Amino acid sequence: MTFQLTEEQRMIQMTVREFARKEIEPIAGKWDRESLFPEETISKMAEMGLLGMMVPSEYGGAGLDTVSYSLAMQEIAYACASTSVIMGVNNLVCEPLLKFGTEAQKQKYLVPLAQGKFIGSFALTEPGAGSDAANQKTSALLKDNFYILNGTKMFITSGSHAKVFITTAVTDKAARHHGISAFIVEKGMPGFSIGKIEDKMGLRASDTTELIFENCRVPSENLLGKEGEGFKIMMAALDGGRIGIASQSVGIAQACLDAATRYAKKREAFGQPIAEFQGIRWMIADMATEIEAARLLTLQAALLKDRGLPFTKEASMAKLFASEMVNRVAYKALQIHGGYGYLKDFPVERYYRDARVTTIYEGTSEIQRNVIAKLVLSTED
Amino acid sequence: MNIIVCIKQVPDTTTKVRVGKDGKHIDPGGVKFIVNTYDDFAVEEAIRLKERFGGEVTVISMGPERVKEALRMCLAMGADKAIQLWDPAFEDSDPYTTALILSKAIQQLPYDIIFCGKQAIDRDTMSVPVYLAELLGLPQATLVVKLEVDPNARKFIAYRDIEGAKEVIEGLLPAVISTQWKLNEPRYPTLPNIMKAKKKELKELNAAALGLDSAQVGEKGSRVKVLSMELPPPRSKGKILKGDPREVCRELVRLLREEAKVI
Amino acid sequence: MSGNIWVIAEQRESELKKVTYELIGEGRRLADEVGSKLEVVLLGKNITHLAESIGFYGADKVFVADHEALEKYTTDGYAKVITNLIKAQQPAIVLFAATTMGRDFAPRVAARVGAGLSVDCIELKLDENKSLLCKRPVYAGKALVWEAILTRPQMASLRPNVFRPARRDESHKAEVEKVPVEFAPGEIRTTVKEIIKGATGKVGLTEASIVVSGGRGLKGPENFYLVENLAEVLGAAVGASRAVVDAGWKEHAYQVGQTGKVVTPNLYIACGISGAIQHLAGMGSSKYIVAINKDPDANIFNVCNYGIVGDVFEILPILTEEFKKLLAES
Repeated sequence: MTFQLTEEQRMIQMTVREFARKEIEPIAGKWDRESLFPEETISKMAEMGLLGMMVPSEYGGAGLDTVSYSLAMQEIAYACASTSVIMGVNNLVCEPLLKFGTEAQKQKYLVPLAQGKFIGSFALTEPGAGSDAANQKTSALLKDNFYILNGTKMFITSGSHAKVFITTAVTDKAARHHGISAFIVEKGMPGFSIGKIEDKMGLRASDTTELIFENCRVPSENLLGKEGEGFKIMMAALDGGRIGIASQSVGIAQACLDAATRYAKKREAFGQPIAEFQGIRWMIADMATEIEAARLLTLQAALLKDRGLPFTKEASMAKLFASEMVNRVAYKALQIHGGYGYLKDFPVERYYRDARVTTIYEGTSEIQRNVIAKLVLSTED
Repeated sequence: MNIIVCIKQVPDTTTKVRVGKDGKHIDPGGVKFIVNTYDDFAVEEAIRLKERFGGEVTVISMGPERVKEALRMCLAMGADKAIQLWDPAFEDSDPYTTALILSKAIQQLPYDIIFCGKQAIDRDTMSVPVYLAELLGLPQATLVVKLEVDPNARKFIAYRDIEGAKEVIEGLLPAVISTQWKLNEPRYPTLPNIMKAKKKELKELNAAALGLDSAQVGEKGSRVKVLSMELPPPRSKGKILKGDPREVCRELVRLLREEAKVI
Repeated sequence: MSGNIWVIAEQRESELKKVTYELIGEGRRLADEVGSKLEVVLLGKNITHLAESIGFYGADKVFVADHEALEKYTTDGYAKVITNLIKAQQPAIVLFAATTMGRDFAPRVAARVGAGLSVDCIELKLDENKSLLCKRPVYAGKALVWEAILTRPQMASLRPNVFRPARRDESHKAEVEKVPVEFAPGEIRTTVKEIIKGATGKVGLTEASIVVSGGRGLKGPENFYLVENLAEVLGAAVGASRAVVDAGWKEHAYQVGQTGKVVTPNLYIACGISGAIQHLAGMGSSKYIVAINKDPDANIFNVCNYGIVGDVFEILPILTEEFKKLLAES
């Protein structure tokens, strides 16, 4: 089997690559150093259709497939991982709205999100519930056509810049994860506030915040799907999200490899470019090979999703492998740079920090292994 | 308005140039092709005129199969139709014969204005737009950084980028305009438009369809011929000064005055 | 067929451009080699007085087209006069300046007289049949080609700042011939409405003999003054790398590189520029290159004549001061 992109997919890849290398890469270092949210770039990306790539055109999206989405994520992440996570989360938010939203919800939220008129995010994780998402504490109580939300969410991407949050809260505590529901919460609803803005190791141009719900009044028509479907909605979105993080990992890894080879060819030691030394060459060979393997796993999962086939296992495999891979590759890229790699003057230092989170968010490596193991072991003999 | 844009597909600017086996061309191995940088301004200006005054944008390129991808990119930007001009006989056309081939295709179409990038970043001649204007019997404005068009009066005013100044010229349409940086900011194709590009018309024309004889085109018809290609001599590694900043600066100033004699 | 060597002089506002002397110098060399005359064509309004001085530089004859309609350069005006003159006089070789002017009309003339034209040449030679061969950069100087010109007359435009200018010798006199000029109404299809000067700064990048350029090592637009101060002391033009232009610190007019300006100054000082291929393409033919960069492995050090490994923030103020001292002494 060979993985051959269609002409359109190649054009999308080329266009996004050109955009990312011209409009993002030259300033990504500054965004990182100064923790600047790339507002202007995000609106340019919106115009291009990058914020609602898989949403059909009748709902303001680009109507593309997951393979194209993966390719675009790789290119954006190559230039700036922070920007790619903002893009990824927004695309991710569109999916449950499309699948579970009412027509009115689609018109009100999906269309502007897909067009990038405003951006969106997920509010699932809590201080005491990360991997163990079913154990969340935020509660929602229906009263006079309003759900009253109380609780705190944590690690919320784009928390201070997003306008809309798909938020989960417990509507029936006894039912455990079947008692979790999903809500469309707008910034500015009474009782909603943004808490602490986290000071992170990487992805510094993308803000991560706490969200605080204090008797937050959410109109009952903002319930997404039915009561008790929250967990299912989130898990479905996360499968797609894993392809996004796998793509992001491949993009960062490719940037690491390119930086390392550029450096190895010009840096001289003991009278020759270090790229001539076998120790370096083998590192580069391993990096290139691992990136290619991760890319193929990722595109394979995307293709399964596009064909409507089960892809949960493959998405987890791609996410697990790609995220662990990018950390190995970033380590080697920095090692090849020697002392210079440890300085902020070279972008590899940023790649190294940005790569670190990929094995943690969107399901840790350990959770991915659980998912994979469960699906492998459940196969009939 | 009927607007025509001539584009060229060229190696990307980051291409490391190596001389090919024939000693006359670059080694095509690993070369990534793009739409010539200056042609992006031409396509953008054409689309803006269409958006303002209505009409149709036709993009034309001479070149082998691979130029279809470049033409599709222009369609994705918003051009309406594309024409690929190719025939094995076109191989190694010089700027004059290239313009001749383009002019034959353009003569088959209605046109009010023709755009070209100011130069292609491979051969860098800046000559094709001028030859083209001459062959079509049209006035020209080259190196244009700002353009005003009045389709009713059939007039244009062009700001040309000349050494240390801008020259403002006025003329009548139809005309050939060669585009320079600053004229506009070319758009990136939107993803939905990339999908639509596939459905737009892309026609192919060969020498016969253009009424050209193989003796008129390619190397046979050319007035200039490349004999050989070489790489510029590598610069020898210079003196690298390290140490106390004050000391190295003094030493540099001394070297520039006494050794290089450029200060 | 006269078989002479021709130079098309370039003047603006009745002042001969420096490149004209370079064309005359090279034209003289070719004329002496083939044993023919060197003839110069001069166009403009009230420029006849320039003909004598052109003679001092080595022309044997000057054709002067002095006419109201030639006061300002137009493509059609120049193309018509020169085409007619070539048809009448049949020179063997015609040299133009590869300036925005020369590159704007030379192809018109070539097309009309059926000539082969090689543009932006950096070296000319004659083969055993006295046929002209031209060396010219392609891919913004990443490669060079030799071109043969297959049809006659043979035409070439020469890149400014490359060829040695002719020397003045007041004992050398040229014959001056007035060329009758006539235009039908509407024959010149474009009108020059205005020339807006000084749009690109004090010293034009492409003409400057010293260029000081800044790159990403400057960290931000607010630090560009370090480069500008040095340029001012040296009377140099200011340039920038593509990274800096892409990041929006400087406008594109400052960009040196394959998709920016190609410069060939006597001295190019690169400050905090790593030396990407596309930048080298724009400045690699400078006579002397100085690089200042913190990264000792920066590619720019592979092409420079003199390099300082150091922080631009520390080096540039000191260097500016040292140049100031030196220039004050001399």
